[in-house]
Amino acid sequence: MKAAVITFPGSNCDLDMYHALVDEFQIETEILPATITDLSAYDAIFIPGGFSYGDYLRTGAIARFAPVMAAIKAADQQGKIIVGICNGFQILTEAGLLPGALQTNTQPGFICDITGLKVVNTTSKFTNAFTKSINQFPIAHGEGNYYVDAATLATMQANQQILFTYTDNPNGSIADIAGVTNVNGNVFGMMPHPERAVDALLGNVDGRAFFSSIIASLVNQQEAIKA
Amino acid sequence: MFLAKIYVTYKPSILDPKGETVKDALQRMEYTGIEDVVMGKYFEIKLSSSDATSAAKEVESFSEKLLINVNMEVFRYEIEAITE
Amino acid sequence: MIHTYTEPTPTEIRDQKIYLPWGLTDAEYELVCQKLDRLPNYTETGLFAAMWSEHCSYKKSKPVLRTFWSKNERVLQGPGEGAGILDIGDNQAVVFKAESHNHPSAVEPYEGAATGVGGILRDIFSMGAQPIAVLDSLRFGEIDNERTKYLINEVIAGIAGYGNAIGIPTVGGEIAFDKTYAGNPLVNVMAVGLLDQDAMKVGQAKGVDNAILYVGAKTGRDGIHGATFASAAFSDEEESDRSAVQVGDPFTEKLVMDATIAIVKRYPEDVIGIQDMGAAGLVSSSAEMASKAGMGVHLNLDLVPQREANMTPYELMLSESQERMLLVIKKGSESKAISLFAEYGLESVVIGKVTDDGMYRLDFNGEIVAQIDAQDLTTAPKYNLPAVAPKRLQNAAKEQFVPKIDDLKQTYLQILQQATIASKASLYRHFDSMVQTNTVVRPGSDAAVVRIRGTKKALAMTTDVNGRYLYLDPFVGGQMAMAEAARNIVASGALPIGITDCLNFGNPDNPEVYYELAQSVAGINQMAQALNTPVISGNVSLYNEYNDEAIYPTPMVGMVGLHADNQTIMTQGFKQAGDAIYVVGTTTAAFNGSEIQKMQTGTINGQLFAFDAEAELTNQQLVLSAIQAGLITSAHDLSEGGLAVGLAEAAFDQHLGFDVAVNLSDALLFSETQSRFIVSVNPAHQAAFEAHMGTAAQLMGQVTDNGTFKLTTTDGTTEILENEAYTSWKEAIGWLLK
Repeated sequence: MKAAVITFPGSNCDLDMYHALVDEFQIETEILPATITDLSAYDAIFIPGGFSYGDYLRTGAIARFAPVMAAIKAADQQGKIIVGICNGFQILTEAGLLPGALQTNTQPGFICDITGLKVVNTTSKFTNAFTKSINQFPIAHGEGNYYVDAATLATMQANQQILFTYTDNPNGSIADIAGVTNVNGNVFGMMPHPERAVDALLGNVDGRAFFSSIIASLVNQQEAIKA
Repeated sequence: MFLAKIYVTYKPSILDPKGETVKDALQRMEYTGIEDVVMGKYFEIKLSSSDATSAAKEVESFSEKLLINVNMEVFRYEIEAITE
Repeated sequence: MIHTYTEPTPTEIRDQKIYLPWGLTDAEYELVCQKLDRLPNYTETGLFAAMWSEHCSYKKSKPVLRTFWSKNERVLQGPGEGAGILDIGDNQAVVFKAESHNHPSAVEPYEGAATGVGGILRDIFSMGAQPIAVLDSLRFGEIDNERTKYLINEVIAGIAGYGNAIGIPTVGGEIAFDKTYAGNPLVNVMAVGLLDQDAMKVGQAKGVDNAILYVGAKTGRDGIHGATFASAAFSDEEESDRSAVQVGDPFTEKLVMDATIAIVKRYPEDVIGIQDMGAAGLVSSSAEMASKAGMGVHLNLDLVPQREANMTPYELMLSESQERMLLVIKKGSESKAISLFAEYGLESVVIGKVTDDGMYRLDFNGEIVAQIDAQDLTTAPKYNLPAVAPKRLQNAAKEQFVPKIDDLKQTYLQILQQATIASKASLYRHFDSMVQTNTVVRPGSDAAVVRIRGTKKALAMTTDVNGRYLYLDPFVGGQMAMAEAARNIVASGALPIGITDCLNFGNPDNPEVYYELAQSVAGINQMAQALNTPVISGNVSLYNEYNDEAIYPTPMVGMVGLHADNQTIMTQGFKQAGDAIYVVGTTTAAFNGSEIQKMQTGTINGQLFAFDAEAELTNQQLVLSAIQAGLITSAHDLSEGGLAVGLAEAAFDQHLGFDVAVNLSDALLFSETQSRFIVSVNPAHQAAFEAHMGTAAQLMGQVTDNGTFKLTTTDGTTEILENEAYTSWKEAIGWLLK
């Protein structure tokens, strides 16, 4: 497995994601700038948190026009795993790779805290290794209030696209939604930060199951191809 | 009833990082004719004032007190009469 | 020929004394004329006014600052550069400094606080270091008016807006409230960075013909004369006359930071010096780099990237536009430096070169607009100001205040709700404390702890000062600020290794204020030597006054400690029921200047209680060695609110209770005697712990899990529900800010 972490100007969780993948899960990983136009060598693509282009216009709004986005869309066409965390989630929704949009928290202001996440669906590529139904995840955002219209929400529920919900909704997200996939189940976005919860020294390892899930599904995929 | 449309922007001497970043993005997207971008705030405020003059007076007063920081921002406004 | 445009001519400057509003005195202006052997033109007068301001030259505080002890075996760089540097072994070094942004934050609290974060971070990465943490020490007035609420919310949002976006975790600090800060809040920011010793850079312009490279944001008219602005006091009349406001751009700063660290790594031989453009912008950075190297510089101002049209040399030199750096690049390497910055989307331009004649020379429109000896420009006259002990100290009552406690439970809950004591979690949850994924101990414990990835080491960091103590005794209060900072570091299990400071005082021309400054520094210095924590950097903020009333003397101490092994990192919270609770140190009647005196009388007065430096050192060493030996499960420093508050804070963490009995009165639970800790010990280690501590620790009782705080004193037994105490403590700030 080979992973890419995409750094936009203003991304600031790129190294955190890199360390989680490399130090904790020994995954071959490269950090690539948003000017890259070919991602064919990578099995999984991670868009990290931060403030791409300062998030000055609207979160993710300018990043979606970066050169790398065409390559990310091509990767999606091939069914590759694409993960957007925090600002990465915002970018994926702006780019139309995930449904919905992220608005300002109902109580405006950036919040950094630990929040409970309920795993709604453990059959996905991103949740198959979770053993606990409630997990503690760090959050750090000011615009994490997830919104979709009622019709889309109903489809998402029917398709089991909602993977995580908040136990104690910190930002006003509709239906307590914390993390969602696209219809095909290969693109995932969430506001909470699994990469901040992988190292026992920092006091929280609940995020490990997220990475274990991705690794397991990639291994399965490769075995399926071989067979 | 009056509707005040109030536009708040930085004074010309103050850096507008948001406007600059949007300008850079537009230029990267090959909109070659972009000379400058100013990004500000926009308010629509309904007032029950009896006449346009007193509405204007009120707008000027609260804009200066609350909507802007006089050290770095300026505002301009339009007032129109509206029915409920 | 010296060009003057339509600006006032040199003789007009002399005759109309236009230098006075810029902060140059008549005598200083005369001195400038003598040094130049002619009258200075408009630009030159502006350069001298900025460079000779207190903010840039420390002309009034220097005689005091010079006394700071700043050398030991760890010090790689002491005061005088962007930041100080300490050796932490394995060819690594820790870089840190604190800076105040009090005046800008009083005018425009969001941007003032935000640019405060930006400025101190530039100081760190200009040394070639990667910033790893930010701490904030904030002081506001009492939360009883809308203005103060606005200031608090905006300052917090400004720090969050900048620090979160740039991706440096805000890991700690402290926030306190007192009416003395109502008109003049304090916003002190400390930043800590990590450096490979080979990559260390300083701000020097060495080597003839080397290039002066300007990097980052364009220069506009923002913040002209911020340095002189910082060196003047506030009053009501000036409310609208404050133009020294800059808007921060954390996005650009992130690019500048990453690029600056990258160029030091990629081209270490080609980068001769780096300096950020902070107070007094281009003139300060370039003149200091020249004078430190004993060289001159020659700049062509036409080449300076400009955001606005028709800027004059005066404006270009004094602008405090943010997110700008000045680098000295080896001759011939300019283009590779410029292309590296372009990779990061940054503009960089060669605006001049290093010369060997020691002259500071500026060209504009093909003419020389300033020609000054660089040493003269950076050598302001020094002042030895008179110091007189304030009257309140001479007549202070010796007797300690006696708290009145009719109902211990009621007093206990009341003190937990005091703004200075209450939980600040609702404020610091706005700060991203976890980005970079190195934060082991987040805000809310005694000291924050950040691990050094790839090693077993970690760094502990804290900021401390209690202005009330210093108001009652600046020398002893200075000692106590150091002692508490060190107790915080020790309670986390780290060895204190050095400090930075922000010396926040009133107008030094007032002999009583100058006395406070000198005495505080002496107190800090005495403890710095005793603790072997050299003063490696710092900042002075004077003229913190409102309507001629000075703030309490508030010399913020920012201390860093080293954990050799991240497995012995300690936190303040009790861990499990059944653990024994000990108090380390002796409790005496220490109430003058205490939280309970303030709470019960609305003010503080009398002679400050005594401080025993020897007991302080002994207790710290005992606690630290007990932590390192694995004898302790939690350690918490005792400070404001004494045992009562310390026990509660230790219990809140895991929502545990305690059952303690002490041979003290109810009142003494609130005493603020220094040199004390609360520790909890697993019963299996009690014998070893007691043998280790000797008489320094007394058993008080044990941790419980029945949701109750049970306190037995010589006045009787009191029970308080943990959740009632917790709610009082946790919610108080939110209630006050409503």
